[in-house]
Amino acid sequence: MHPVIKRLAMTIPLLLVISSCAFVLIRLAPGGPFDRERAPASPEIERALRARYHLDEPLWSQYLRYVGLLWERDAEGRWRWAAGGLLKGDFGPSLKYRNHTVNDLIAQALPVSLTLGGIAFGLAMGLGIPWGVWTATRRHRWSGFWGGFVALGLICVPALVLGPLLILVFALKLRWLPVALWESPGHAVLPTVALGLFFAGRVARLMHEGMRETLQAEFMVTARAKGLSEARILIRHALPLAIRPVLSYGGPLLADLLTGSFVVENLFQIPGIGVFMVNSTLSRDYPMVLGLVLLYAVILIVLNLLVDLLYRWLDPRLRHG
Amino acid sequence: MRRPDSPERTLPTRPAGACQRPRGGGLFRTAALGIAAALALLGCGSSPPSADLVILNGAEPESLDPAIMTAQADLRIGGSLFEGLTRFDPVDGNPVPGLAERWEISEDGRVYLFHLRPQAVWSTGGSITADDFVYSWRRVLDPATGSEYAGILFYLEHAEAYHLGQIADPGQIGVRTAATHRLEVRLRDPTPFFLDLCALPTLAVVPRDAIERHGDRWLLKPPVPVSGAYELVTWRINDRIRLSRNPRYWEAARTRNQVVDLLPCISASTALNLYETKAVDIVWDKNLVPVDLLDLLLARPDFHAYPVLGTYFLRFNVTRPPFNDARVRRAFAMAIDKQRIVTRITRGGEQVAHSYTPPGIGGYRNPEGLSRQPEVARQLLAEAGFPGGTGFPRFEYLFDTSSRLQEQIAVELQVMWQRELGVRSELRKMEWKTYLVAQGELDYDVCRSSWMGDYNDPNTFLDMFMSHNGNNRTGWQEPRYDQLMRQANAQVDPLRREQLLQQAETILIREAVPIVPLYFYTGLEYYDPDRIEGIYPNIRAEHPLRVIARKPALP
Repeated sequence: MHPVIKRLAMTIPLLLVISSCAFVLIRLAPGGPFDRERAPASPEIERALRARYHLDEPLWSQYLRYVGLLWERDAEGRWRWAAGGLLKGDFGPSLKYRNHTVNDLIAQALPVSLTLGGIAFGLAMGLGIPWGVWTATRRHRWSGFWGGFVALGLICVPALVLGPLLILVFALKLRWLPVALWESPGHAVLPTVALGLFFAGRVARLMHEGMRETLQAEFMVTARAKGLSEARILIRHALPLAIRPVLSYGGPLLADLLTGSFVVENLFQIPGIGVFMVNSTLSRDYPMVLGLVLLYAVILIVLNLLVDLLYRWLDPRLRHG
Repeated sequence: MRRPDSPERTLPTRPAGACQRPRGGGLFRTAALGIAAALALLGCGSSPPSADLVILNGAEPESLDPAIMTAQADLRIGGSLFEGLTRFDPVDGNPVPGLAERWEISEDGRVYLFHLRPQAVWSTGGSITADDFVYSWRRVLDPATGSEYAGILFYLEHAEAYHLGQIADPGQIGVRTAATHRLEVRLRDPTPFFLDLCALPTLAVVPRDAIERHGDRWLLKPPVPVSGAYELVTWRINDRIRLSRNPRYWEAARTRNQVVDLLPCISASTALNLYETKAVDIVWDKNLVPVDLLDLLLARPDFHAYPVLGTYFLRFNVTRPPFNDARVRRAFAMAIDKQRIVTRITRGGEQVAHSYTPPGIGGYRNPEGLSRQPEVARQLLAEAGFPGGTGFPRFEYLFDTSSRLQEQIAVELQVMWQRELGVRSELRKMEWKTYLVAQGELDYDVCRSSWMGDYNDPNTFLDMFMSHNGNNRTGWQEPRYDQLMRQANAQVDPLRREQLLQQAETILIREAVPIVPLYFYTGLEYYDPDRIEGIYPNIRAEHPLRVIARKPALP
């Protein structure tokens, strides 16, 4: 079997394991979706709510229903396949936002996070890779030292600090850009920079390390001996190998960025998915938590697979081995 | 090079100097272009047309279904979409005629006959009738709806029994159609605040057809038929709710704006930034005032603080020694310096609470609770067997992580009790839901609590400490208290009723003391009074959207 197909086949049991773990773990947390400071008018209401969302069933039956593998008797006593379920692409109702389904919420929030995270990722890579190469090639000069120093500086300033600073300077003092919200391309600049710059620093460091090691390899001497231009040596021969640390970091990073950032979304009041990642757990919105865990898992698995494929493509030893 | 667009092109390949900068600029230009292209591609390129009024409304509404909503952020929007028999007066927050133009009340205060406005229609057409109200109220009472506020309809005859499944026929509930536009309501007791309840969105009229056709998602299926001053245009979670004037509202001619945007926000500093850059007109959630800047902001003319119907208080778990002894509870209450808490910690203009019911609630004169008397407190503690705090077991003070305030108050109380009474406590901090479970299961010694009144009557604060009320959560059961509350609510004479309520509250805050009120909440909003008009401070914190508007710009 082709290794890619094998990997893809492995994801299904993996997702089942992840979803069942998440399913059990979130229910271990004390309290439930319907606990509030104000008790409902009667215990009847909570009982009815639990019945309505099937929280009164045994856990295994709830899980089968969630996956979409439950058969139950209807009012007339006939067996029928329970409605909804993951297999039909239905993540179920949200228990906190009761007018919405989890699908509604993800459909609204995911494109926003994809945009924000995608641009931030582009910024991190587009800035970090050339930066790292540049500092590695001038390792023994002051410019290389300062380049590396600034990259290190960025790693020390997370979005939590950088975001408010950017807002203070560019939105409140200079009034060039809006302070928050998600309405026009102008609104996207500060959040993507706040989110991406930190990772640009990390990518630059990784690229620097990879490049430095590669430049010392023996095949580089061969390449130089053949009289190739320095640019060709760097890009054709060194870069495909040197970029591997960045690649293996880039897969999970992209998954993280695409599924939103709690800090940046909160700071800039962006309607993305990162806020749900934290808040749905706090409000014990079980279907929402599960939906997000699965979404994240799928994105992560797919991206890791892509990274592996890229590895094979970039490294002649793996390609032909 | 075969990949001319790749960023590698900007690599300086020779030891170089002068040419670096423009190349770096090229990289940034490419990145900026990429960002713009990606945004345009994903459809974020156009900003929505601007609204007449932009308001930061607080947390994202959990629901806009009047039967389901409970939070103030939800209720404020819900009240704009759906109206009931009465509605809140924008100035004082008292109930005034809404979809009912007038009503008659029987001598014994138990039967109401409401005359609906014959000209009132749904936004999608069709008359609003008494049948619509009967449907809407039965829907709230039906446990399957899961309305957490169903209790406010228990004042109707047989409503509680229907809700609990003791009677099956909804026809027995004390609400029925007398004529197409006449609604008859029969109450269990004379309920002086019933007209107030009628103004709550929970009792508003909702569209039967849309609900039965679309189920839980009926508010996401445009056009949503509404009975209030506004129609729902968009509802994007965590993004924006856009309302537009309902041209078919019975008083549409007096709605002062066309389009209103309500944005959710939970970060106070973001809210202040949006306000300062004039991206929003009004911020009307107290949690959106940065606590660190309170002193500075409250001195400004565009920050408005006013008392509301809310109390911050402590609960004792009276089922656990040593707090099963009323003397100990009184001692703890009298050792607290409430003034210090409002001036040093909350700092939002809060008033110290001497009673549990906030001042001015429904014209009620609040009884006086225990004041700060450390001497008496020490004496009481000694009488209870702990002179100078000796032998007093370590106990826990439970609070939640909903705001930093909780921890600051906890630390302050810990110090006060140690200094005045010589008792030592441990602070136990819990995430919100976990805290609620601990409180509900009486798994605590002393815990912080708060309550916001649902209607303008002391009953909304006092009935929760009746023995079997689900909100009691102290383990305190006092037949005398229950008896007084029941007598009070059966009274037609307002003066006699007030006396009975005062007696009950006195037991609560002077004698048995299962709770200690600390301070009354303030409402806090910011908007520029030179630009915005139509917001009036009232204890209900009710600000109907239909009367709020930007002032016309001066030429």
